[in-house]
Amino acid sequence: MSLQAMTYLVVGLTFALYIGIAVWARASTTKDFYVAGGGVHPIANGMATAADWMSAASFISMAGLIAFMGYGGSVFLMGWTGGYVLLAMLLAPYLRKFGKFTVPEFIGDRYYSKGARIVAVLCLIIASVTYVIGQMKGIGVAFSRFLEVPYDIGLLIGMAIVFIYAVMGGMKGITYTQIAQYCVLILAYTIPAIFISISLTGNPIPQLGLGSTMSGSEVFLLDRLDQVLRDLGFLEYTTNVRLSLTNMFMYTLSLMIGTAGLPHVIIRFFTVPKVKDARSSAGWALVFIAILYTTAPSVAAMARLNLINTIEPAPGEYMVYEQRPDWVKNWEATGLLAFEDKNGDGMIQYSADAATNEMVKVDRDIMVLANPEIAGLPNWVIALVAAGGLAAALSTAAGLLLAISSAISHDLLKGVFKPEITEQQELLASRVAMAGAIVLAGYLGFNPPDFAAGTVALAFGLAASSIFPALMMGIFYKRMNKEGAIAGMLVGIGVTLFYVFQHKGIMFIASTSYLGDMSENWFLGIEPNAFGAVGAMFNFAAALIVSRLTAPPPEHIQHLVEDIRVPHGSRAAIDH
Amino acid sequence: MSKNSSYWSANLRVVAFCLAIWFIVSYLFGIILVEPLNNIQIGGYKLGFWFAQQGSIYVFVALIFFYARYMGKLDKEHNVHEDDE
Repeated sequence: MSLQAMTYLVVGLTFALYIGIAVWARASTTKDFYVAGGGVHPIANGMATAADWMSAASFISMAGLIAFMGYGGSVFLMGWTGGYVLLAMLLAPYLRKFGKFTVPEFIGDRYYSKGARIVAVLCLIIASVTYVIGQMKGIGVAFSRFLEVPYDIGLLIGMAIVFIYAVMGGMKGITYTQIAQYCVLILAYTIPAIFISISLTGNPIPQLGLGSTMSGSEVFLLDRLDQVLRDLGFLEYTTNVRLSLTNMFMYTLSLMIGTAGLPHVIIRFFTVPKVKDARSSAGWALVFIAILYTTAPSVAAMARLNLINTIEPAPGEYMVYEQRPDWVKNWEATGLLAFEDKNGDGMIQYSADAATNEMVKVDRDIMVLANPEIAGLPNWVIALVAAGGLAAALSTAAGLLLAISSAISHDLLKGVFKPEITEQQELLASRVAMAGAIVLAGYLGFNPPDFAAGTVALAFGLAASSIFPALMMGIFYKRMNKEGAIAGMLVGIGVTLFYVFQHKGIMFIASTSYLGDMSENWFLGIEPNAFGAVGAMFNFAAALIVSRLTAPPPEHIQHLVEDIRVPHGSRAAIDH
Repeated sequence: MSKNSSYWSANLRVVAFCLAIWFIVSYLFGIILVEPLNNIQIGGYKLGFWFAQQGSIYVFVALIFFYARYMGKLDKEHNVHEDDE
């Protein structure tokens, strides 16, 4: 069977599975729609959380980034996993005990303020919308590369699939679909990695292969990689620091705090039956995430080595351009890989020196997608990678869309503007909000704003500098009051936006950047993407000072905090 | 209330303990001390590099399960656990 037919078959089967699940798991109450009825087993929820969390960026981009950043890429590995430790110990069990449907709802109740709830809704929508644009783009790209349909058609098919299961099933449909999507994406990620690890090192476990010797040699794989990169004039793979250790520290911290503060991840812990389950479910989520995240460094290093071996099979012996392999031609056609024979010798030289380097473009994203082709794996593996990339993008998009629609129907409509609507009306409103969110996300996918690339930093920055501190102080500091929390959120967001905008331009329009994107002007050498942690510190400081200067929260709020700190009585809470 | 406050301070102690380890394996071993630790070799891995790209993640997983088990016991000891059905 041709690769094209095989890809249609595999992707078609996975889509049929998602729609089948949607029909089976329809939502009939708002509780089904927002929190899947509150009855999801902690292991199942962990798997769904993993699919929800691992986006097109984790699946497609991360290993490619690490391949070119080496040790510096560790910020993503530690940052996007360590946040679950914070989530499990500082937020998830208490928010589950609180037993409501959304993150802004907790902030509104804890800080006895509709204003605080609206600020939280705004942060949530900005963070989630910027994040969802990337997923929609990922869906369009995966379709156009693997199914050879135009980007627009691919995006429309993706939107239609999400529409069917998210609007019908809400959180319930999304949860069970995400479990299936996790299985697809993890197989698609690990199978090629295992094959490549065997071919390079003889060890079938990629995590061990990365620390092994090369097949038929006594040289360790990482030492070989360091060596060839040194010879080409690059920095060593294993010691290549990203800017500075201070910057890596802050970058990792920002990603961890941001992970713990992203609403679409937090709401997943509202779906388990008990407080106890919220704790263990965070552990299961991280197990399922760790399977991919510990494989990624192996994929990264092995893909980089394979790429160099293709260009320069032995020292001084180069790839003859006319005899390049088919996968090189395929990727050249997409424009993501490009060569220029500068010295006209008919061969391709790869070097760190821009003047003589002839591999003039290697898009980071092709490393994972081209991996099975580079390793010469069978067509069904390549088809599976396409289905895996789509599963990763669809599952994250659905989770984000649910967070957005519940903030609109539950927090804004039911909570602020029209508290008198019935449950059936709210359920209808949440479906309409979901449909609207899908159309908006699709529109932004067709017309991605120029600043789309810079906005993921903003999503993490906002989650880290506004939502996480407000939640954490709400649980751990009884004395924290409305004034302190609102001041903290505004200062946190303000400082983060100010720093990102002053270096990246207002709304990411580079010409309005008044300090320029120059590292000399960075505060302590911290890049704008890594500034969320500093914003969070400003949030904590402002909140503590303001709360000290204003009246303590009312008596019943202090009781509320005492109540969420103990698991006892959680079952009653969710039925309120 | 005093019963719950001893539960809460025991919880804070175990959280502080876990977060100390969380900090040590990632920020200390993976970033701050990465250069000296890279002089130690475990198989083909430099130790600092291993903590940054592998080890810290394994420890994070273990920490969450340790915490979940510990808190499960603590809930029962202080009689604040959820009713089983």
